[in-house]
Amino acid sequence: MGEILSNYDVLAAFWGTIKLSLLGTFGALVLGTIVAVLRLSPVRVFQWIGSWYVNTFRNTPLTLLMVFSILGLTFILGLQLNTQDLNSNAFRWAAVMLAVYHGAFICEALRSGVNTVPAGQAEAARAIGLTFGQSMQHVLLPQAFRGSIAPIGSTIIALIKNSTVAAVIGGGEAANLMSTVIENEGSRFSVFLVFAIGFVILTLPLGLFFTSMSRRLAVKR
Amino acid sequence: MSAQSVLFDAPGPKARRRHAILAVVGAVLAVVALYVVVRKMQTANQLQGYMWEPFLTDRSVWRDYLLKGLWGTIKAALISIVFAAVFGLVFGVGRLSTIRPVRWVCSVVVEFFRAVPVLIMMIFAFGVYTRNGVFANDLNPLAAVVTALTLYNGAVIAELVRSGVHSLPKGQGEAGLAVGLTTGQVLRSIQLPQALTAMLPALIGQFVTILKDSALGTAITYTELLTWSKTLGSAFTNTVPAYIVAAILFITMNYLLSRLAVTVEKRLNRRGKTAGGAVAAAPLPGGAPADATPA
Repeated sequence: MGEILSNYDVLAAFWGTIKLSLLGTFGALVLGTIVAVLRLSPVRVFQWIGSWYVNTFRNTPLTLLMVFSILGLTFILGLQLNTQDLNSNAFRWAAVMLAVYHGAFICEALRSGVNTVPAGQAEAARAIGLTFGQSMQHVLLPQAFRGSIAPIGSTIIALIKNSTVAAVIGGGEAANLMSTVIENEGSRFSVFLVFAIGFVILTLPLGLFFTSMSRRLAVKR
Repeated sequence: MSAQSVLFDAPGPKARRRHAILAVVGAVLAVVALYVVVRKMQTANQLQGYMWEPFLTDRSVWRDYLLKGLWGTIKAALISIVFAAVFGLVFGVGRLSTIRPVRWVCSVVVEFFRAVPVLIMMIFAFGVYTRNGVFANDLNPLAAVVTALTLYNGAVIAELVRSGVHSLPKGQGEAGLAVGLTTGQVLRSIQLPQALTAMLPALIGQFVTILKDSALGTAITYTELLTWSKTLGSAFTNTVPAYIVAAILFITMNYLLSRLAVTVEKRLNRRGKTAGGAVAAAPLPGGAPADATPA
């Protein structure tokens, strides 16, 4: 185990994973919020656009999106995110596709949070004379946000694990290095353990954090 | 649709006018976006007839490429779901065991395999199988895909089983004990049947995940739909259309499966036999319904 850590730059690879995950998470949160607003808006056309987005990207394999971003978008349609460096182009596309794919799940997480708010809350807010904006700000959105912490947490954890899919296009992260190591050293259990433990370290504390957050902020009903 | 009734009041005449204007704006934006995409494809010469026609006219596109790919995907997914269900049942029940060491071991196994990315397991399993010649040469990729999907999704299903049993009303188990059943009998004949019925929609949702993740097999030379559509793209020089068609096939399969999950859930709710929404409780380190988790 020690020799793998000293012969290969495992930390740099995981730093790549972390960067990819951060970029992907940020993008997914932004995209997911936009799509959630579309899906929750009272305008039918916006709802259709939102549903189309969710149904399309939630049901497409992330692997396909990644491969398509290089073989289709970069090479054939000429959409390059970095014209000088192919590796950096792959890395950026990987971040974009992570965001696009998980944005659909963030949208659903937010929507499920809104759905946890009972209709009586809105009715009560309007009954005591709050305006639309006030009832949103003080009554509905805080509850909806608390209700969606847990599913958003699961989505972010899944995103970190799914960042490995970038290996199919050489995105410069942990799974990429792992296949190189296995090619050189053979498929030893210690190799697997190093990378597996790396992901346990990345995801387990986050999981505990989100669980405790969602428990602490849970709305008592 | 219940969400609207919470967030918004029924629109009055002013609001309805505003909504109509917004609807037009939205439609225009959608059309513009579509136009940009089509325009881009056109300038890159991706809308040529010879690229798209084979999907309708040439039988070999389907027979020699796409159907083979579909079969590869479905085969891997079916085998995996069977193994994952067995794995999940064994370890889910193990986590509910009254014997502490059994519970402990099962918990560690389940939590570990849920935290490790599928691709990491797949690459490792493939390496082990090819090096040691565990299976026939051409079976190694399939075996590696099935191994990885089974371990990951089995762990998720184990969690579904556990949370399904936990979300049953306490009275169910207590009543069983009161009439003199052992804890094992209570689990087998009272709690598990109810929990398994309640988790059926989530199980179907997990099948969607397996179907999508089987596409990872392309990284270890397993020939499934994604791999075959790449080959198709080189053979007919229509890479972009080939991927788009593959995506449509994936989306259709998964969409139909998700619809099935919703239908089953509705039917179960109507039957009113399942005690409470056991399905929604799958606390990954979090707690989303399984079909809402992208893995």
